[in-house]
Amino acid sequence: MHGLAFDIAHLLAGGLVLVSFMLLYQDRLYALLNVYAFHAVVLSLSVGWQAYIQDAPHLYITALIALVFKAIVIPVVLHRMIVQLGIHREIETVTSIGPVMLVGIGLVGLSMAVMLRVTTDASLIAREDLAFALSVLLLGLLIMVTRRNAVGQVVGFMSLENGLVLAATGAKGMPLVVEISVAFSVLIAFIVIGIFLFRIRERFDTVDIRALDRFRGDRR
Amino acid sequence: MSGILNGVTLVLAIPAAAAALLGVLPGYRLSARLNMLASLLTFLAALSLFVAHPTVNAYFLIDDLNIVFIVLNTFVGFTTSVFSASYIGHELETGRLTPAYLRFYHAMYQVMMFGMNLALIANNIGLMWVAIELATLATVVMVGIYRTHEALEAAWKYFILASVGIAFALFGTILVYMAAQPAVGEGLQAMTWTVLVARVAGFDPALLNVAFVFLFLGYGTKVGLAPLHAWLPDAHAEGPTPISAVLSGLLLNVALYAILRFKMLMTANPLAIAPGPLMVTAGLISVLFAAFMLYRRRDIKRLFAYSSIEHMGIIVFAFGMGGPLANFAGLLQMTMHSLTKSAIFFTVGHVAQVKGTQRISEISGLTESHPMLGWSLVLGVIAIAGLPPLGIFMSEFLIVSSTFAREPLLAVALVLGLLVAFGALMLRVQGFAFGEPTGSTQPVRASYVPIFAHLALVLAAGLYLPPLLVAWFQHVAQMLG
Repeated sequence: MHGLAFDIAHLLAGGLVLVSFMLLYQDRLYALLNVYAFHAVVLSLSVGWQAYIQDAPHLYITALIALVFKAIVIPVVLHRMIVQLGIHREIETVTSIGPVMLVGIGLVGLSMAVMLRVTTDASLIAREDLAFALSVLLLGLLIMVTRRNAVGQVVGFMSLENGLVLAATGAKGMPLVVEISVAFSVLIAFIVIGIFLFRIRERFDTVDIRALDRFRGDRR
Repeated sequence: MSGILNGVTLVLAIPAAAAALLGVLPGYRLSARLNMLASLLTFLAALSLFVAHPTVNAYFLIDDLNIVFIVLNTFVGFTTSVFSASYIGHELETGRLTPAYLRFYHAMYQVMMFGMNLALIANNIGLMWVAIELATLATVVMVGIYRTHEALEAAWKYFILASVGIAFALFGTILVYMAAQPAVGEGLQAMTWTVLVARVAGFDPALLNVAFVFLFLGYGTKVGLAPLHAWLPDAHAEGPTPISAVLSGLLLNVALYAILRFKMLMTANPLAIAPGPLMVTAGLISVLFAAFMLYRRRDIKRLFAYSSIEHMGIIVFAFGMGGPLANFAGLLQMTMHSLTKSAIFFTVGHVAQVKGTQRISEISGLTESHPMLGWSLVLGVIAIAGLPPLGIFMSEFLIVSSTFAREPLLAVALVLGLLVAFGALMLRVQGFAFGEPTGSTQPVRASYVPIFAHLALVLAAGLYLPPLLVAWFQHVAQMLG
């Protein structure tokens, strides 16, 4: 791998991890969505760069999906939804930012320790990508567990999914990447439509998922 | 059987075409019948796989293992569609569902069947993942179809947990590809299961180990293994009962099938960790956890959902122990559990409709008010609790005795779980079946044929297993290693 090509891939994949950290401490919904859009842009650049250096034109489609669908359509739709639902207040996180960031750092350390050790045979760039991808995935999970708001959880899930796309494109020559990214986009569209169609607010007067807990069947 | 129209394409094409058709056709009677017809045709197409083995290609694979799953899947799919026709008719009368929702429901039913069949037939681990995701999405929508508070919560929880599970499974799939790539080369070959299993000995074991952990966690969430089971009772309790029947009887099996495929991959690589202990531990935890949780249920569908967790635990335990006998018993247990549990849900569906409640405390005296339903439920619970002479007794006996021969301590723990669960089920069924009848005593227009067909099969299997079936299962048990 040439120096510059590798450096740029490294920069973009590492950038994705950093933006995941930014997602972790956003406490306003609009800001969260904006940072998520940025996350998707970085992903799309990273996938595009992989398409270029691997000479794999089909990956440009994945990059385009990431750019159009995840960086523009989904944030705009969610933005409008938040306005319509009237929930543009602050979102509370379950714990305070400091400990969450520390846990996040721990998770990144964990994924580096796991992935770099088991991928000694793979090419350097694939190793880095996988390690970063696992970090993004775990950080996405952390975002999901620290949010009580349905929109916040969805953003966490979407950032987690970006990590998977990064891993799939980093695995050189992997087939079905485009199909998988389309399948994931369908999944996300479903979730977003789900929030709206199910009208969580209309039913519960809030999108705070703590309200959902009240309806646990065994406590009726 | 040659050319395009072979069993494989039919098993996929019929549900796909039916889904498209049902999506546009109005009228509940017509669509319910069409749903039944399509499910029957799919089942017949699946049976044709026994006689004509279509050739394996990069996308589709038919071997002795997945034929068992496909036939079971399409059979229960068919009987559930028969049950669904009468169940949904009642829901329409009581106004819980509107005709527009029903059209959607029938289309989604076929989409789900398509997804599950595709997952079972797929020879490509990426395709299998996409198919399981599709089947999951279809069931999520159906779980939430009543749009009550509880249904929405159940659907949302199922959605989020299943999505995270699916994400883990995909990461595991990517890692398997990474492990295969140096040995097999880039491209489609490195995701084709038959190629992978033939050349897995040359893969990097460390990467394979990590991959299996992710796959086990991911697909294990969908199997409903404790502590990843949280979605399962809610989804079973709040969705329409036909969906509870297919969730327990089929979708859990499909996820289990994915785990078995990857287990075969792991055992074929001499340096990778043995997946057995991981599966045995997860299975045992699920059995013990679910057995104790059975006592605290207040909702009849939740009760049987926890019983599904227990049984999936037993099955995963059996496959984790491995060896010809335990694998054989695991396969038998899986088949019997699918048949029995869906029969129980058929009965429970009618009971809940006629009594107008799912609360355990409000259902009693069924054998007096509705003798047919009451006794079917008693028979079903006796079967699921593992009493002789029904099929589950035989498979559980085989699992316990083969475990005693190898790991007596594990067998003791397993038997403890089985006994605790047995006690809970017996306690509850007494309340349901006997005593003063509560609620409505109106006669019910139930469809008994699917219930009795399932229970008769379970009874027959307990009394006599045809040698052909035994030979088939033994061969599959050998394959599983």
